[in-house]
Amino acid sequence: MAGPVQSIERAAAILRLLAGGPRRLGLGEVAASLGLAKGTAHGILRTLQHVDFVEQDAATGKYQLGAALLHLGTSYLDVNELRSRSLNWADALAARSGEAVRLGTPLEGSVLVVHHVFRPDDTFQTLDVGALLPLHASSLGKVLLAYGTASVEPVDRELEAYTRHTLADPERLARALAEVRELGWAAEVQEMSMGEAGIAAPIRGHGGLVVGAIGLSGPVERICDGQGRPRPNLITLLREAARAISRDLGAARW
Amino acid sequence: MAERYVMSIDQGTNSTRCILFDHRGRLVSVAQKEHRQHFPRPGWVEHDAVEIWQNLRHIVPEALSDAGVDKGQVTAIGLANQRETTVLWDRRTGAPLGRAIVWQDTRTAPLVDELGQRPGEAFFLERCALPPSTYFSALRIRWLFDHVKGVEQRARDGEVLFGTMESWLIWNITGGADSGLHVTDATNASRTMLMNMRTLTWDDELLAFFGVPRAMLPEIRSSAETYGEARSLLPGVAITAALGDQQAALFGQTCFSPGEAKCTYGTGSFLLLNTGSELVRSRHGLLTTVAYQIGDRQPAYALEGSIAITGALVQWFRDRLGLINSAPEIETLARTVEDNGGCYIVPAFSGLFAPRWRSDARGVIVGLTSYITKGHLARAVLEATGWQTREVVDAMNADSSVSLQQLKVDGGMTADNLLMQFVADVLDVPVVRPMVAETVSLGAAYAAGLAAGYWPDLEVLRRNWHRAAQWLPAMDPELRESEYDNWQRAVERSLGWVRRP
Repeated sequence: MAGPVQSIERAAAILRLLAGGPRRLGLGEVAASLGLAKGTAHGILRTLQHVDFVEQDAATGKYQLGAALLHLGTSYLDVNELRSRSLNWADALAARSGEAVRLGTPLEGSVLVVHHVFRPDDTFQTLDVGALLPLHASSLGKVLLAYGTASVEPVDRELEAYTRHTLADPERLARALAEVRELGWAAEVQEMSMGEAGIAAPIRGHGGLVVGAIGLSGPVERICDGQGRPRPNLITLLREAARAISRDLGAARW
Repeated sequence: MAERYVMSIDQGTNSTRCILFDHRGRLVSVAQKEHRQHFPRPGWVEHDAVEIWQNLRHIVPEALSDAGVDKGQVTAIGLANQRETTVLWDRRTGAPLGRAIVWQDTRTAPLVDELGQRPGEAFFLERCALPPSTYFSALRIRWLFDHVKGVEQRARDGEVLFGTMESWLIWNITGGADSGLHVTDATNASRTMLMNMRTLTWDDELLAFFGVPRAMLPEIRSSAETYGEARSLLPGVAITAALGDQQAALFGQTCFSPGEAKCTYGTGSFLLLNTGSELVRSRHGLLTTVAYQIGDRQPAYALEGSIAITGALVQWFRDRLGLINSAPEIETLARTVEDNGGCYIVPAFSGLFAPRWRSDARGVIVGLTSYITKGHLARAVLEATGWQTREVVDAMNADSSVSLQQLKVDGGMTADNLLMQFVADVLDVPVVRPMVAETVSLGAAYAAGLAAGYWPDLEVLRRNWHRAAQWLPAMDPELRESEYDNWQRAVERSLGWVRRP
């Protein structure tokens, strides 16, 4: 096993130092307190600032703990910001796929629909932003579950079966989620309502953390081929859109 | 056969963008570059026209290579541009005579006051359908003549050319000093105060009044026809459209019939209503403008209502008050409360624009009690945009024979569901967002593709328009009326704050 990573140890020390007192600290104070070269301390502080763990006062240049640390346990990306940053890509996905697009984030054991783009056929459709979907029976939810962004509790609970295809058994669901992680996308075929299907892919933020999911859905015969498998061209479009949004949000490699 | 595309160039206030669109009106690639904003004195805003031209030379190849598109696959080029921004340049060398004066620049305010006194608004309204305002280019030309030594004489000697941004760019793309085309379109010309709104030609009396020599003016062409071929950037490709940005957005939203309207929600907001072949003169504080003219067909006119502060109020809330970290968080904060708690914000930061035009107004927050939280303030911020839209729509309905049936929206603020629902609620008509948010660029592409035969007619373009979202009015009519009344009472408290010197 590799030893501890020195820069992370130093970052932790800086955070402890800043958390220790009520006062903001200058770069020199931080470096001197921890016996670090100024350049080293500066590099670490800038990185911590980049992930919002540290804030720098604009006037004095001094450092303090960032607001993001206080909300470490909750979602760090505002859902309205997620929608705003996804708008153009979600539109393009709907236009290219010809299907309705939704974005979801976790909320109290469900998927919260935070954005909805109509299927581009000008039929009457209503916005369902704010609606809740079940985690285990929606493609958006499966993505959130698979990447640990949301969880079903208690873990071994039998889940509600909406149709005969719903993965209500925890073990079957766990196997399906492992497959989602392997493929990089999730499908839901007639698991919430008969005749309907959807696919979804993860949206990642800084450091690759999954912050939400984007998916498209529609009648099963449009989403899936004759064998009931999601159409490869739709999956390609979906994953391109998910990657584009992730890049915009600062995820490096997806 | 390789797919063909239309290239749209949107020369905006902050950046220049180049976008390729495919046959179904879908966005294929985007390249953009920001340019510097120069603020040499309070109220002055300038751009470097050469920097903007250089930026365009940079982004056009980028847009092509990003999508793996060959120059030969571009059918036509269309331009949309920030309106009224004025640049003068040397016909022989192509060098601008100083920086371009931007539409937001208010240095001509004293001249506006003067013209309002003598010869009075009626003289102008009769000819160009515009009241004097710091927006319009003719006043800037006059200002340059009066303040920059030698410019007026050089213009009289035929050495100087005038243009708004589309003229400047088309001249450069088509050869520049080496016989570049000096043209503008009717929508841009309609914002100069020099064009007769009925004949769509330069008006002799207005030229004489402002002392602008005809030789410096571009030729007025329609918004969609072949102006000429590019000689640089994309040699041989036809330039077939130019429109002012807000008119381009109206076109991109396919508001082709009288009574159709769009509102673009940005820093400020611009609501345009197509009035068809009817030139409606507003009695309620709106501007009359050319919506578009396709080839040799009759022009379509529009009524325009501009709101100075909409998104800018959210930015103020973020940057000056620091109550949110990013603009979209205004919705999160607003949703922490059920309603505005009796609080209203009138963002008359630099007076009120359409339909009130009160430069003596300044912003107010009214209804403050110890009950009010930052959530209520966030609501009031969003509602201010809704009520300002309502005032413009009311003015349009009063001026026009057809009342608004639905409002098509675009721009960054359409991502805010709470706001869009509120707009639908206070207007009492459906609010719809199209699938292509880039309506300015799309409008220029549509006009260009239409002139080049890439698209056969307006009907095909209409079929490309798809609804991405729709908000239906759901507010109780009594509540709507009492809230509107509260808003209007709040506005009254903003008026007359600035003392006349």
